[in-house]
Formats: sequence, structure tokens, C-alpha cells
Amino acid sequence: MTAPVTVYVPRDSAALSVGADQVAKELERAAARVGRPIRLIRNGSRGMLWLEPLVEVVTERGRVGYGPVESSRVGDLVAAGLFDGADHDLCQGVVDQLPWLREQTRLCFARVGVTDPLSPEDYLAHGGLLGLRRALELPAADVVAEVTESGLRGRGGAGFPAGIKWKTVADTPGPLKFVCCNADEGDSGTFADRMLMEGDPFTLIEGMTIAARAVGAQEGYIYIRSEYPDAVRTMRRAIDVARAEGWLGADILGSGLRFDLFVRVGAGAYICGEETAMLESLEGKRGMVRAKPPIPAITGLFGKPTVVNNVLTLASVPAILADGAAAYRDLGVERSRGTQVFQLAGNIARGGIFETAFGMNLRELIHRYGGGTLSGRPVRAVQVGGPLGAYLPESGLDLPLEYEAFVAAGAMLGHGGIVVFDDTVDMAAMARFAMEFCAEESCGKCTPCRVGAVRGVEVIDRIVAGQDPDGNLALLNDLCELMTEGSLCAMGGLTPMPVRSALLHFPDDFTAR
Amino acid sequence: MDSPGASMAARVRALVAAHRGDRGALLPILHRIQAEFGYVDPDLVPLLAVELNLSRADVHGVITFYTDFRSGPAGRALVRLCRAEACQSVGAEQLVAHAEQVLGIKVGQTTPDGSVTLEQVFCLGNCALGPAGQINERVQGRLTPARLEALMVEAVHS
Repeated sequence: MTAPVTVYVPRDSAALSVGADQVAKELERAAARVGRPIRLIRNGSRGMLWLEPLVEVVTERGRVGYGPVESSRVGDLVAAGLFDGADHDLCQGVVDQLPWLREQTRLCFARVGVTDPLSPEDYLAHGGLLGLRRALELPAADVVAEVTESGLRGRGGAGFPAGIKWKTVADTPGPLKFVCCNADEGDSGTFADRMLMEGDPFTLIEGMTIAARAVGAQEGYIYIRSEYPDAVRTMRRAIDVARAEGWLGADILGSGLRFDLFVRVGAGAYICGEETAMLESLEGKRGMVRAKPPIPAITGLFGKPTVVNNVLTLASVPAILADGAAAYRDLGVERSRGTQVFQLAGNIARGGIFETAFGMNLRELIHRYGGGTLSGRPVRAVQVGGPLGAYLPESGLDLPLEYEAFVAAGAMLGHGGIVVFDDTVDMAAMARFAMEFCAEESCGKCTPCRVGAVRGVEVIDRIVAGQDPDGNLALLNDLCELMTEGSLCAMGGLTPMPVRSALLHFPDDFTAR
Repeated sequence: MDSPGASMAARVRALVAAHRGDRGALLPILHRIQAEFGYVDPDLVPLLAVELNLSRADVHGVITFYTDFRSGPAGRALVRLCRAEACQSVGAEQLVAHAEQVLGIKVGQTTPDGSVTLEQVFCLGNCALGPAGQINERVQGRLTPARLEALMVEAVHS
């Protein structure tokens, strides 16, 4: 009797969206047919999304990958010797040695796609809990100091130094404090939060537990958008496993630390990705933005001191504690330290996750790794940082991927989502969409955003229709200025960024046709 | 609409009781109601208000703020197509137009026979494999008009 072959088929929802479940079923059927025992593991995705569904087979050489595999080709693949890692036109070779993966620096995503996401044994075997164990040995203030010294900045978009936020919560006395994870990843072109939660949920749990230890919090909430049902299920199951393992609960790893974690699900409101709207939603209310101050670190969830961090911020923490602040700070450039999980999306030949130290050139990332557009047409515009980020023209892609360089270029690095458009894009339509989206998703609390976005759509329509273009362009600029300066939060405040950048770089698209 | 049946009311009371200890329990309760009945009957507002010691205005305000909560049942297949930037860059608008034409309805409507509800959504986190959609909770990628039609037929008949 031969030993079973280990076969990996991702359970990530991007892989499922192109048929991974059917491929897994076919593989089991084909294995039974040829009498070959297999051990099928449903891993996260390696992040090479153009190769999904990516089937990996464990061989003596390493994990050999095949992709993209359609279920109809499984029989053919098995006949060609897939279970022995044999060559085939879909064979990609040993996955760890693919340049696309090898040239990344994966800290946050070190285990995503490698392990079984819900296996505590796998987690420990791949360096899990080293960060938490170290955090439990250190005084709480030293844990905060470690995060501060690492230079870690919030990965949700704003880039606020995580250590300073944590210190504020730690220094605010109170019998009850919270750690809230913002997993309301609503920006188009971003999917790293989802992939981490589906592919390595224990890392997020560990990061939140370290945060709780650092600031003295007892309770944590992960606010996941309802558009991510698979992430919700995986996170909930991972929390149950973590409780059973003693990684959460009344006496974490025997240290006496008490911390418990709950998943809450959003309900289709983009604005709940704004931290104060998220807190309102967690309190069971309408997701209306709060005026700041008071800041959430002092008056947060239910008025208590609260850490609010993005998924990737919290998921970066275990590696920082495990390897030390210096190792993290040594990566990156200027005031952007460590790694960023870039997401190549939209009209791109090789889309997916590219985690690398800050500082890589945007053009290199899009062309060398992303392979240019999916359509094969020239790149015309790139939007970085989500719907509120600027559109860059092809000629402006020679930018280092770091926070301040983007600000200097009138753009925003944000969450690291990169959406590529080919030369068929109508930039006036994209500018109009930015205003339309803001009108649709505004919480309605402040007038510049609630009314300004509606007026923005109307003014752009008049410009494109050729009605008094000069007068209406002046009006649009006025409106953008007012929204930027007068809005309560980034929704209204940053919507002018895509609009103005489209106007600046693609003025011809706005003239009447 | 008739007032919710006695069985629905009893069931909702039980759901509220199950979340009694939760902080800010209204949203989780609304999700449970929608999961069980397919929608949140507006006539449940007074009941929820009493059970949770909130005003009816508060409960109504929350239900209507969030686009997920529907006031009536959806079609047998709930088809949500992503219209955010990344999917637009690979033809989401043409896909939406095709779906509207094939189904004979606009986004936000249900076919007269109750088989398909068509909705728009802004991002499903499948931005490298667009155009993306979600059919009865399952995310789909690289949708073409033909594949979308096949998936809709399958969803209606399953």
C-alpha cells in the first residue's frame, strides 16, 4: 500500500469563484478511480490569483503546482501523472521557487496558502504563537514600545503609527477596554484582509491578543463585512479552535491573561469601514460617523478606550514581536517601514498578492510582476488606494511605493490596492462614478458629503454634455475644495481625489463628444 | 402587509433572548431574522423595540440604514453583480446591462415570476478575477454573459 499523496486545493473564495470546489471533488474521484490514496488539504491561496484554482502536490522536490486547473481537465492531469508531480502544460513547477513568490518578502502572508488555515498544529509548526509567547514574557509597556519602534503604521489606509495609538489606549485608565479589528474591507481593488482571514486566521487572533496584552483590553471584536461570508465562517471556526487550544479565554497559554474575541458582521454599508462609523455599527446603531475628538483610543466602543486597527496591521504584529522591532524596521524606506501587502487588481494579467518591503517602483510592480493588462492593451490609468485614491496616468507610474512619495504626487498609497485600467477607460465616467459612489454610500451626517456628492454627479454630467464647460469646471473645483475641507471624514474628504486627478491627467475625456 | 404571524413573533422573541447578553445586539439579531425568514418584516419593528428597550424610530433607522436588510423576500436566485472600479475595468457595466436585458428587469428589481432578484454590490473582494458576482452567497469570478446565464439558470432550479 502506497502512502497517501498530499494534495492542496485552495478554499479561498477567489479560488472558489473559479471552481476550486469542483476541482477538489474531481481530484478525489479521479484518485479513487486510479486507486491512489490522497490526503486533500484545503489551504488558503498563494495569492497568484491568475493561476487559480492552483492544485499543489507534495513531491520529493517540494510542492509542485498546476494551474489554472478546470475541473474538466482533472482526469487528463491525473492520467499524465499529477500525483507524482509529472510535467504537463499546466505544471508551474515547484511553487516556492516561482520568481513571483520567491521575490516577495512575506511576513504577514508567510503562512497564507502554505498551511491548513484551521489546523492549530500547522500554525505552531510554521512559527505561530512565537510573537504572543514573547509578548506574554515582556512587561506590557515593552510590547507597546516594540510596536512603536518597529515603525508599523496602520495598514487600513491612513497610515497612523500603530504604537502611538496603542500607547494612548494603554495610558488611558479604565476597567474595560476593547480591541477592535476593522475587517470592513470595502475598497475596490483590495482583498488582502479577506485572504488573510480565510487563509491564516490564527495570525489575526494572535495579533489581537498581543494588542490586548499591550493595552490591557479584555474583549475584542472583528467587524467583517457581510460580502465576505467565507471569511466570517473561517474566522468564527478559528476562534472556536483557539478557545479550545487555550489561545483565547480566561487564562491564555497559562499566563493568566484573559481575552476573548467575537466576530460581528456588517450589513452592506461602505461607510462602516470608517473607524467611528464601525464603532457605531458595533454598538448596534446606524453607521454614522462620529466627530473627532474624542478619539476612539480614549472614547471608543461604548465610550471605552479602544484600539481600532485594520486586519493587516494586527496581523503584522506577531512577526514584529517574534523577530523584534529592528528586523521589521530594517525593511522599507523613509517613514514607511516593514512590508506592505500590495494587491494587483482590475485589468491585470497576473493579479494577486504581492507582499514586499516599501519602496518598490509602482511601474515595476505592475509590469514586471503584474504582466501589464489582462486585455493586452496599453495601461492608461491606475488607481491606488481604493475608490478614494487618485488616478495616476501611465506616465506617472515611476513612483516608489511608500506613503510620503504618494502624498507628494497628490495621491494616496492607502491600503495598497492597485487597480489597473487599459486604454478603453473613460475617465470622465470614472470621476462621475466616484461622486455617484459617495452619494450612494455617504452616511449623511455632514452636508459637504451628503449633498456635495449629488451635486458633483450633476456638475460632471453638465461638463460632459458641453454645457458651459468653463463655468461648470470652476464650480466642480469649488465643490471639490469644499468637500475636501468641510467633510467630517475621509469619505467626503477624499472623494475629490479621484475626481481631481482624473481632471488633471485626463482633461480630454471631459470635453463634449 | 399583515402583522407577523404568531409563530414568527415567537421565533423572533427566542432570537432576541439568545442574544440577550451580547453588546449592541440589534445587528446580530437582524442578521439572524433575515437568515431565517429571508427578510426583515417591517411589522417586526414594534416587537424588536419593546424587546430591546429601544424606540421604534431607532430600530427602523437601523434596518433602513443598511442595504443588506430587505423588507420583503428576494427571488429564488439572488444575483449580485459587482460594479466597483476593479470590476468596471474588465467590463462589469456591460455584464450588468446584459443581465438587465436578459432578465427584463433593472438592478434592484425581482423578475415578475419571483425567480431572480438582481442587485448591485460594491466589491466582493475578488478584484483580480473580475467581473465578479455573488449568486446565493457563492462568489463567482471571471463572469462572462454566457457563464452568468448558466449560473442563474442553475441557481433558479436548485
